[in-house]
Amino acid sequence: MADMPDQVRSAAGHARMHSAMRRQRFQDFVFHKLTMLFAASVLLVLLGIIVALAIGAAPAFREFGPGFLITEEWDPVNDKYGALIAIVGTLATSFIALLIAFPVSFGIALFLTEICPAWLRRPMGTAVELLAGVPSIIYGMWGLFVFAPLFADHVQPLLKGTLGQLPFIGPLFSGPVMGIGILTAGLILAVMIIPFIASVMRDVFEIVPAVLKESAYGLGCTKWEVVRKIVLPYTKTGVVGGVMLGLGRALGETMAVTFVIGNANELSWSLFAAGNSISSTLANEFAEAESALHVSSLFALALILFAITFIVLSAAKIMLLGMSRKEGAK
Amino acid sequence: MSQSALNPVYRKRLLRHRIGMALSVLAMSIGLAVLLWILSTLLIKGFGGISVAMFTADTPAPGSEGGGLLNAIVGSLMMVALSTCISTPIGILAGMYLAEYGEGNKFAQVTRFVTDIMLSAPSIVIGLFVYALYVANVKHFSGYAGTIALSLIAVPVVVRTTDNMLRLVPNSLLEAAFALGAPRWKVATLVRLRAVKAGVVTGVLLALARISGETAPLLFTALNNQFFSADLNAPLANLPVVIYQFAMSPYDNWRDLAWGGALLVTFSVLLLNILSRTVFSQKTPK
Repeated sequence: MADMPDQVRSAAGHARMHSAMRRQRFQDFVFHKLTMLFAASVLLVLLGIIVALAIGAAPAFREFGPGFLITEEWDPVNDKYGALIAIVGTLATSFIALLIAFPVSFGIALFLTEICPAWLRRPMGTAVELLAGVPSIIYGMWGLFVFAPLFADHVQPLLKGTLGQLPFIGPLFSGPVMGIGILTAGLILAVMIIPFIASVMRDVFEIVPAVLKESAYGLGCTKWEVVRKIVLPYTKTGVVGGVMLGLGRALGETMAVTFVIGNANELSWSLFAAGNSISSTLANEFAEAESALHVSSLFALALILFAITFIVLSAAKIMLLGMSRKEGAK
Repeated sequence: MSQSALNPVYRKRLLRHRIGMALSVLAMSIGLAVLLWILSTLLIKGFGGISVAMFTADTPAPGSEGGGLLNAIVGSLMMVALSTCISTPIGILAGMYLAEYGEGNKFAQVTRFVTDIMLSAPSIVIGLFVYALYVANVKHFSGYAGTIALSLIAVPVVVRTTDNMLRLVPNSLLEAAFALGAPRWKVATLVRLRAVKAGVVTGVLLALARISGETAPLLFTALNNQFFSADLNAPLANLPVVIYQFAMSPYDNWRDLAWGGALLVTFSVLLLNILSRTVFSQKTPK
């Protein structure tokens, strides 16, 4: 029985090890649940936003019914509210922004991935990302004080004289030339979302397998044909996802739009006319809203805005997820 | 082979190619031109507003001469600093959960999805949410409310970058630590998180840059204060809202101050952006 002390020692060792493992298991359990709690807080905030906005909006929807969405009147004096002007303003400015931002972003992404010499790629890419970093209030100030006067003096009369004379689209480019209004807001938004769309496009263009492109070049394709017929079809979902991401940004953008949209609660066919978007109405009126119904109507606007952006951003995200799966399969 | 010797089909294709490339270069030049235009506007108009008084005097009363932005600068620094202190630990812990337990986990996938959406959600809605939740209950605007709104905007940025960075850590490193008998929480913090320290710092800096320029969520939360105050439980002056109100005002000295403030904010934000990039490119394992 000379090995007895050894056995005793090893039994004690086992016990120690067991207790250490139990302790570690407990620590791991705490770590798991603690981090999970914080991850859940993100979901909780989203739910909180939806619930808070819905509660705030309830009186307005009870008072005006679903007709709230298509009523043009927004009249704080008589306490009558409808969301049509703000919704139209939001959609119109975002649509103009996309129309301009899409081709320009495509050009920039194309330049960064296919044309730019390698040594220039990094500084150029950084410049585009810096444009995305400029705070939106700066775009607003620049738009109001620098861009709008030039736009009114030189560009708007030109548009009025040419496009404004055409049938059908003529009314869009008519009316007094003020520099600010729906069109200006759309243009400033375009400048703001170009860097977002361009950097998503650049990222998806970069995942096109080199073999595909080289095969096309081998067949004698020009660079333009490679981009049009190989790169674009391959990255279609990613490109659309990037555009939707930009759209989501444009819909919710507040400060830049508030400066240049003109803040008028009127509906007009002219893109030169002043208007209002959901976010600019909120920024202008919420702090000064007196009546409960006015506040509630503003909450209803915010709920509509949140719903629209949520849907657009979800669609963008789903498309981009599909794209990154493609990258994984490469 | 000279151009004229090429067949007409090829010449047409070549023409199309050249037009496409030219338009692409044009698009890039437009982007750069706008960036330069905005920055030069800021420099030209902003330097007119910058003076010693900007950092030593408070915001002026309507119609009075001079004045500065001291109270707004202090208020902004307080709110941004506090928001960073709140959102960094929350964001890092949530990001660690996603990276650590996210594989094939429905809850984590939904969280990741929602985080991405919150990254681009309209910031004015966040402001309205904090108003409904906090300001309406305590019945006054306050620096705390502004801090909460900014934190809500910063958290998704930190979560996203932390998650992305942690997933770059090679499995072999983690497996080596597990093989030595380390428990999961030790591997996650002392090995995995430490390996991407620089990347996580990048995320925090990006979040800082993002909230430094945010205006919309502060309109209904921190509001503004004409006087110097360091009380977070009262309306607090802050640069973005002061810039907004002063830029829209009819007074020349207010507008000059707004441009000075705009220059200050923009260059701080761009500096943070560049800083985060250099931190990242210097010490990230690839």
